[in-house]
Amino acid sequence: MKSIINYFKEIYFGLKSLVTGMRVTGHYITHPKEIITQQYPENRDTLKMFERFRGEVVLLHNENNEHRCTGCSACEIACPNGTIEIINKKVDIDGRKVKALDTFVYHLQMCTMCGLCIPACPTDAIKMANTFEHAVFDRSKLTKVLNKPGSKLMDGVK
Amino acid sequence: MEEIITKELESQEYFINMGPQHPSTHGVLRLVLSLDGEIIRNVEPHIGYIHRSIEKMCEHDSYQQIVHLTDRMDYLSCHINNEAVCLAVEMGLQLEVPERVKVIRTIIGELTRLSSHQLWWGVMGMDLGAITTFLYGFRDREMITDIFEETCGARLTMNYNVPGGLMFDIHPNFQKRTKDFIAHFKKKLPEYDDLLSNNVIFRNRTIGIGKLSKEDAISYGVTGPSARASGFSCDVRKHYPYSAYDKVQFKEVLRSEGDCYARYECRIDEMWESLSIIEQLIDNIPEGPFKTPTKAVIKLPKGEWYQKVETARGEFGVYIISEGQKNPYRVKFRSPGFSNLSALNHMAKDSKIADLVAIMSTLDLVIPDIDR
Repeated sequence: MKSIINYFKEIYFGLKSLVTGMRVTGHYITHPKEIITQQYPENRDTLKMFERFRGEVVLLHNENNEHRCTGCSACEIACPNGTIEIINKKVDIDGRKVKALDTFVYHLQMCTMCGLCIPACPTDAIKMANTFEHAVFDRSKLTKVLNKPGSKLMDGVK
Repeated sequence: MEEIITKELESQEYFINMGPQHPSTHGVLRLVLSLDGEIIRNVEPHIGYIHRSIEKMCEHDSYQQIVHLTDRMDYLSCHINNEAVCLAVEMGLQLEVPERVKVIRTIIGELTRLSSHQLWWGVMGMDLGAITTFLYGFRDREMITDIFEETCGARLTMNYNVPGGLMFDIHPNFQKRTKDFIAHFKKKLPEYDDLLSNNVIFRNRTIGIGKLSKEDAISYGVTGPSARASGFSCDVRKHYPYSAYDKVQFKEVLRSEGDCYARYECRIDEMWESLSIIEQLIDNIPEGPFKTPTKAVIKLPKGEWYQKVETARGEFGVYIISEGQKNPYRVKFRSPGFSNLSALNHMAKDSKIADLVAIMSTLDLVIPDIDR
């Protein structure tokens, strides 16, 4: 007798637990405003990343095509993966040979977005941009030159 | 004639591979099962499919650069891993970090633990055949990853700690967002019980399955919620407090059954404890600097240091040997996943294959943590 009661008890509590679960999911079917799914490629225009989001390293240029990078290689030393390569050249300023930036090579495929290069920079020349769509068809396209052609050092930056 | 018949009907053990690509191993873990029908006689984990030699890489990096490598080990509790390395380096430098840093590290560490447990809850349901829980777990986790993205700059591999403090100060919205999340999640956590904890199918599949006694948990070196479900009191936050854990009131969640359901309950209760720890600290973040200045090139004196912390999976330890150079001579990581995996054979013996999925799920294995 006892086993029969237990049998029906188990069925009752089992069904009750299933109904409790269904009530939670049913609540969200009837309240679609509480669903937080975003339709990603469609909302590209309105999608705004947070200001601190680390997407890729960029070298900042002003409207006169001038940057703040002196070519000191501090970011290259701070980088754990060899992502940044600084190639320097010698320029004549008032008859003196001075070291200056020639090419700022950035290997995006090796970058782990750790952000160690940003505080290492003494002149605040680089920052992390918010872009995140980095997929390309050819791996060689991921190696980028960050200083724009013809750009030069901003006045007064040492 | 009789001899031939008995030979024909003789049963024999056979072997199958579970993994390296299997949805319930959550990564590239290969288990060689020796089976008698559907009964498991032996489980032999074969690891090494995602070995990246992180310990060796540490020997070539400076102390600031080591921190970001620990993100890639137990990626679900990466902030706590970072904290362990920073605490070990600070111990070597005998550096006192500001109170503000300690409190912020504790809050973000607890948020990390919450997000890890939410993901585990969702995935655990999915392993046992309930896809709904996966979506619900990720819904609540999304709010935490937003907090991380705004303050730390990344959603998963945050790298927010540096030896001496934090990389930058918390975002002005941090406190408001965290309070919003606590209010939201306190309403949603009872839903977890309605959906899964009290579900009849789930209970039948977890209660009494994969038993681990307290003695076995200690001898296999199991730590974290998996060991606390067997009654082994091993919470590093309680016994060896670091950061701001000595200032907050919380209780160590303990169960005595040691089965899958006890491990499940332990983690659910830990979420409540984490919420209460964050609530105690979020309004009391002291003012002050967010970093103690260090030299650009950190050189530890000659010596050895060990620091352990409590991650979402158990005890994570960092052991640094320095010869006085700017690189460590040797770094050893004690990862909780590796020791927890060693108890799998003991727990899964003489149970069914479907039970093995439940056991692995409640151990909460993260494979990159095991292989390093």
